[in-house]
Amino acid sequence: MPVLVFIEHQDGSIKKQSVEALCYGSAIAQRAGTTLTALVLGTTSADLSALGTYGVNQVMQVNAFTALSDTKAMANAVAQAAGSITADTIVFSNTITGKAVAPRVAVRLGAGLVTGAISLPDTTNGYRIQKNVFSGKALTEILVKSPIRVITLQPNAFEIVHQEGIATVTQHAFDIPASTITVKEVQKSSGTIPLAEAERVISGGRGLKGPEHWGMIEELAQLTGAATACSRAVADAHWRPHHEHVGQTGLAIAPNLYFAVGISGAIQHLAGVNRSKTIVVINKDPEAPFFKAADYGIVGDAFEVMPKIIQAVKELG
Amino acid sequence: MKILVCISRTPDTTAKIAFTDNNTKFASDGVQWIINPYDEWYALVRAIELKEKDASVVLHVIHVGGAESEAIIRKALALGGDEAIRVNSEDQDPQVVAHQIAQVAKEGGYSLILTGKETIDHNGSSMGALVAEMLDMNYVALATRLEIEGTLATVHREIEGGEEIVSTPLPLVLSCQKGMAEARIPNMRGIMAARTRPLKVVDAYPFASTTSNEQFTLPPPKAGVKLIPADNPELLVKLLREEAKAL
Repeated sequence: MPVLVFIEHQDGSIKKQSVEALCYGSAIAQRAGTTLTALVLGTTSADLSALGTYGVNQVMQVNAFTALSDTKAMANAVAQAAGSITADTIVFSNTITGKAVAPRVAVRLGAGLVTGAISLPDTTNGYRIQKNVFSGKALTEILVKSPIRVITLQPNAFEIVHQEGIATVTQHAFDIPASTITVKEVQKSSGTIPLAEAERVISGGRGLKGPEHWGMIEELAQLTGAATACSRAVADAHWRPHHEHVGQTGLAIAPNLYFAVGISGAIQHLAGVNRSKTIVVINKDPEAPFFKAADYGIVGDAFEVMPKIIQAVKELG
Repeated sequence: MKILVCISRTPDTTAKIAFTDNNTKFASDGVQWIINPYDEWYALVRAIELKEKDASVVLHVIHVGGAESEAIIRKALALGGDEAIRVNSEDQDPQVVAHQIAQVAKEGGYSLILTGKETIDHNGSSMGALVAEMLDMNYVALATRLEIEGTLATVHREIEGGEEIVSTPLPLVLSCQKGMAEARIPNMRGIMAARTRPLKVVDAYPFASTTSNEQFTLPPPKAGVKLIPADNPELLVKLLREEAKAL
């Protein structure tokens, strides 16, 4: 039965995490010999027929939908879309929105729920999907026993593949009760790459000695198209804003590159970053626990090493 | 106003993660168990603050789990809960757990239900949304601030790349994170009082599970760190580009 993927869009473009979810949904649909439908709530200037290049057959768009901060209204729309095409697999990205809407859809459809999936379903013996647990310190296999499944895909866990194809775009109107949630204000940090979505992250810790030394972190981030982050000690000391704090009590991230400067790597910090593909650690203490979790390391003074790294990246162009 | 705070029991953040019974169960030997930090530090403490501001607030704590959880439930009462409910169920399926909470909430008539943003063991971050849907309530995730005025809540919440302020009528389910409140330590008076506060145990409400946790595995060990001499950081940049393909 058909696969439905929930699409998140912003400022006229489809989010990268949603494209990953589409490619994941496309792989499931191909294996099951069925079609892939994408659901878009609200208006966007993005070319939706181009989603065909990710394997989408049909795009269902609900132009008149505006309640994008209301999980109840969104789940209602997704459940109605899934019902109208009799989808048995509904895929979200495991983003802030996906995490908040997917469980509601699972309840509405009586579906089994897997959040943070990192593998395609294994159907050789039941329907099994892998996910991270214990803040990335272990994996588990979830057996889904219901005929309908709702899956949220972990960002950066599935490769984007392009195919040939053009999707048909159809307009829909669903009967959804008026939202009672009012958005009063939105504050966006502009000009910087959102940490949760970043492919590369340059992060600084107490070893940098003070906020006045963040210039080199920011310069390397700018050169490599990375977001900036920090350890808890740094956020608590107000050297950097709290939304940059990664770790157990801050944000958990899984970029392709996590570049840590002057961070010792306490277990709570590792819990937020150990799903990163490549970890680089610069620390002058050879005993820093972070080296055990790192792929590349330099034992050295950040104030001497970082300018050379920045220079080398510049020369690379 | 009646507030219900959902608390989960998790291994301490520094606990060694290992498994037994053919990798189907968490090895709990010698593990220190705690209230899931997000539930305690942010959901519970914010609820206590609301109670301190308004004496008419009634604060209940709910936990779904076995008798071994009573120590963490007593801690929640020591911090400031008026009464606790433990639903005697060991099921790990999030929807089964949510059903237990929703049933208790339905009977109790709560206007505010708080959870942490996720547990540090299952990392599902689904509980608040599941409970909200089962009760047909509004749900706001990742709240960093909460103010209540009459039957209206103003919530600051994290969105990708920023923050949003929303207003919503009660009843409401909220998942809480850093910013909501500051962690507290129970004082002696609270610990003494917690001994006599009611801890009600109720039987599990039947609900068919749709998922089960089959097999845990530990991630493959890292190959080991490749150390690069401090006088040759250019080599690091080269390796990141050519070997790791990360630049």
